Amino acid sequence: MTAALTEVEVGTELPPLELAPITRTTLALFGPASGDLNPIHLDIDVARSAGLDDVFAHGMLSMAYLGRLLTNWVPQDRIRTFAVRFAAITPVHARPTCTGRVVSLDQVDGERRAGLELSVTLADGTTTLLGTATVALP
Amino acid sequence: MGAIDPAVIGTELPARTVDVERGRLRSFASAIGETDPVYSDVAAAQAAGHADLPVPPTFFFGLGLGRGAADFAWLEDLGVDLRHVLHGEQSFTYHAVAHAGDTLTLAPKVTDVFAKRGGALQFLVRETAVRRADGSPVADLKETIVVRDPGAGR
Repeated sequence: MTAALTEVEVGTELPPLELAPITRTTLALFGPASGDLNPIHLDIDVARSAGLDDVFAHGMLSMAYLGRLLTNWVPQDRIRTFAVRFAAITPVHARPTCTGRVVSLDQVDGERRAGLELSVTLADGTTTLLGTATVALP
Repeated sequence: MGAIDPAVIGTELPARTVDVERGRLRSFASAIGETDPVYSDVAAAQAAGHADLPVPPTFFFGLGLGRGAADFAWLEDLGVDLRHVLHGEQSFTYHAVAHAGDTLTLAPKVTDVFAKRGGALQFLVRETAVRRADGSPVADLKETIVVRDPGAGR
């Protein structure tokens, strides 16, 4: 169920964000655009020297997708906190889906805030990110 | 590698001052498939009440990066092999929305070091304050880096 911000209650779900499969091109573009140039995401020779079969997606790419989930739902200036734990790596070609749900409503610093639980899950069922956010409600 | 010396806790890393550029924000928006024109079209941003293109929520993470190997020198200095590094956790606390045209200073500090599984996993926590030139706070970042040590006993 989705709802207008004025009708938010515990259990309200954010409209999910389904992403296209992550390509090598996505990683090549995200690295320089984000500033995250760790070669483990860009250079298969480096990945293999670390004992991996292939490069894998930047964790911050998935967190950026979760950021899109949030800013699709509220104007950005309402986001107070945003945190994630990276639970599993995201392989090339993975297809992530971002979801979020309201788990608490509180009055903080004179404003009504919703506490959210967030996750990113791949098409094969792997949960790659688990997170939380707090947003100010109107 | 050996254990990271806990004496590193409290170390302030070099601050960086960065001009937020429209072009880089547009590249970021494109790379993450952002479809909201507020993040790429100045007129749409202004119509939504922004002074210019807003800095999206996670962009601060890489704002001071983008120099290649120099970005990771602080890890190398601690004896960490970048190939064994994983991003464990990341958090942001927001104080104000920043925009293209802003000049921001990032001040990072190592705030914790600890180990698990008999040293097979070491954790480094780095906190970074992002401020405008006048000192007003924009965001606080907290990053937990996991260093795998394949050779450590268990």
